[in-house]
Amino acid sequence: MEDGATLDELPVGAEGTVVAVRCERAIARRLMEMGVLPGTRVAVVRVAPLGDPIQLRLRSYSLSIRRREAAGIVLSDVREPVAAAAVAEQAPS
Amino acid sequence: MSAAPALAPRPRVALAGNPNAGKTTLFNALTGSSARTGNYPGVTVERRVGEWKLATDAPVEVLDVPGTYSLSARSPEEQVAVDAVLPSSAERSPDVVVVVADAGALERHLYLAQQIIDAGLPVVLALNLMDEAERAGVKVDATSLGEALGVEAIRLVATKGEGLAELASAVSRALERGPARGEPEPIPAALESFVAPIEARVKEQRPGDPPAAQRARALWAMLSLGDDELEGIDAELRTRVKDAHERAAAEEIDLDREIIAARYARIDEHMRFVVPAPVTDRVGWTERLDQALTHPVLGVLVFAVVMLVLFEALFRWSDPLIGGIEVSVAFLQGLAAAVLPDGPLEGLVVDGIIAGVGNVVVFVPQIALLFTFIAVLEDSGYLARVAFVIDRLMRGVGLHGKAFVPLLSGFACAIPAVMATRTIESRKDRLVTMLALPLMSCSARLPVYALVIAVVFPADERLGFVSVGALVLFAMYALSVSATLGAAAVLRRTVLRGPRPALVLELPPYRWPAPRNVISSVWRRVKDFLVDAGTIILAITIVLWALLTYPTNDSVSARFADLRAEAASSLEGEALEARNAELETQEASEQLRHSAAGSIGRFIEPAIEPLGFDWRIGIGLIGSFAAREVLVSTLGIVWGIGDDSDESPPLRDALRNATRDDGTPLFTPLTGIALMVFFVLAAQCMSTIAVVRRESGSWKWPLLMVAYMTTLAYVGALLVQQGGRLLGYG
Repeated sequence: MEDGATLDELPVGAEGTVVAVRCERAIARRLMEMGVLPGTRVAVVRVAPLGDPIQLRLRSYSLSIRRREAAGIVLSDVREPVAAAAVAEQAPS
Repeated sequence: MSAAPALAPRPRVALAGNPNAGKTTLFNALTGSSARTGNYPGVTVERRVGEWKLATDAPVEVLDVPGTYSLSARSPEEQVAVDAVLPSSAERSPDVVVVVADAGALERHLYLAQQIIDAGLPVVLALNLMDEAERAGVKVDATSLGEALGVEAIRLVATKGEGLAELASAVSRALERGPARGEPEPIPAALESFVAPIEARVKEQRPGDPPAAQRARALWAMLSLGDDELEGIDAELRTRVKDAHERAAAEEIDLDREIIAARYARIDEHMRFVVPAPVTDRVGWTERLDQALTHPVLGVLVFAVVMLVLFEALFRWSDPLIGGIEVSVAFLQGLAAAVLPDGPLEGLVVDGIIAGVGNVVVFVPQIALLFTFIAVLEDSGYLARVAFVIDRLMRGVGLHGKAFVPLLSGFACAIPAVMATRTIESRKDRLVTMLALPLMSCSARLPVYALVIAVVFPADERLGFVSVGALVLFAMYALSVSATLGAAAVLRRTVLRGPRPALVLELPPYRWPAPRNVISSVWRRVKDFLVDAGTIILAITIVLWALLTYPTNDSVSARFADLRAEAASSLEGEALEARNAELETQEASEQLRHSAAGSIGRFIEPAIEPLGFDWRIGIGLIGSFAAREVLVSTLGIVWGIGDDSDESPPLRDALRNATRDDGTPLFTPLTGIALMVFFVLAAQCMSTIAVVRRESGSWKWPLLMVAYMTTLAYVGALLVQQGGRLLGYG
């Protein structure tokens, strides 16, 4: 995936580096204060059962936001899920 | 209240921290039973103060600052945390701030810590949840981290009490050192020209503040003002902030981002003293649990089961407790009636005060059960997952995922449900939920449905496989759910329109809930309710009793006195008792017709006549304001039926045979449905109004709720009655 992708487009297991946070000011400010800043590495952990919101992992904690807000978070250096298979094997089934 | 003049005020220690840092556990561990709970004026944010006995010193006062991610605020609720650290006027600043941080997620938790240190306050950093962090492989060099930040950093496991003694000595040392002389927060050179005019304004207004506090306040203004709902902010300050943002935008500088990024850059520096959890193949148990609990099938299943158990608890487990309270109240009423001489005092004590206290206490089992559930779900981390799983559905009507538990609880009772809206952070989201959820069909409506259905629909009347009564009951619940969601959507788009609600929700690691926190949280809710809402409910019960009792009609009293004398002379034994009971019922019925409630019933008759109701149902509506199910017993008194159980065939038969003045039956199926629709939609419950008043902090919101719900109820019942007639029913 090339640069300029947004967070809502990432498949589960993928990660990227935040380039910009383009949301309403209040939401952008809250996200940035919680550490979603340009340069921060963010991974998509999972999608909620009904397809929205999504769960993110960044700065050693988990954050959940709706796809609509995720669409405002622009990324670079996106890495596709390479370890997805390995993670799936670890899952208790 | 005035402070003792001879003594210097006690040192004040504030406990600040992000949500989920274990701040409440620490507060409970430090203050034990000395904690006092109140509310901050004007907002529904709990204010807790307790006493902490440091090893060597006299006790200090500990203030529990509401959990916050930063020192910026858009709403008065968020501003409470800022004011606790940077008091704007009356309050004095804390002498020491203990910043509680999750040692396992320091990168984010240090953001708040750094801000409070930069504000020039003496800080002790409590690295809490150290055991959990170490299990995950996180290593923290507390000494070096503290030195880098210029504070003492203490390793802590608040749940086990580990590190509390060290924390106490560190706080003692900080108190001895006195006010910190911290450097103002460094700001990037490129931002100086934007910050300077704002800081100049702060200096003009608060010349006595240390420079670090002035800088902190300037940056608070820069980040908070603009799209906020804060009140009482200096207009000049607002103008300068707006101007700074506009000038920066012209140069394509995002001031918010630059300030926040500069802070995180400093934190990233400090993170060299922290070794993060190693990347391993091992999947932590939070992740394992999440794989199950947020799984598309399994997760939804667990969710349904948890909600079902909660529902069962509110409906069924609370039932014996409520029954016990009702029996006790009846026993006390009997006792008081036996002890007190007949007359107005007896009536006031028995039907006013004892009944009123009963009306309050009867809610306690459901409140306690619901808050036990919520405290366990919240402390364990599952409540955040509930919001995560269900948010998609709630979004459709403009609600937050966290609104689900309060709404569901509304099926049992609106009182605990309204109180449960506190778990929703945003004020507007909370108000929408609070104002819509009384439309959920609570269990007090059930006796009303049961009676009305029994009166107007014969039990053997069927439509296909199901009885008509069951279909009608189902329709009432369907109406209640649609009305709730519809009202939420409308409120969101009208009176509570605001910035589009967003979900920015931390999913904390799963943790064992601490029993002490659960008990303390349940107790606080129950006490809140008893003290604040309880007094209103008691007062209204007494007013309602008076309306239903006074004025008494002397000629009726005289006539029944004669009848009783006659019975006493002609009958004896059981026959006399039976006759006296009969007379008492009849007299109550006649007196009720002459009471103020009776007059009001007649007065409102023209208004409710189009709904198919007469003045007798009108009296029932007034009585049911005490609690919806009271409709049944009030109608029992109006029709002179002694036994007021809803199972009671006499009342059912009496209502079935009741006629209007023109001899047509009063309770047609159409009138029955109109009455039920009215009960689904009306704010027919003083306790709900009292609790909304308490939780919203003003009378404005409960009044709006009564207005819209009454309108809805009136129009709904009118449409049923008149529409039904037009279609040829009834």
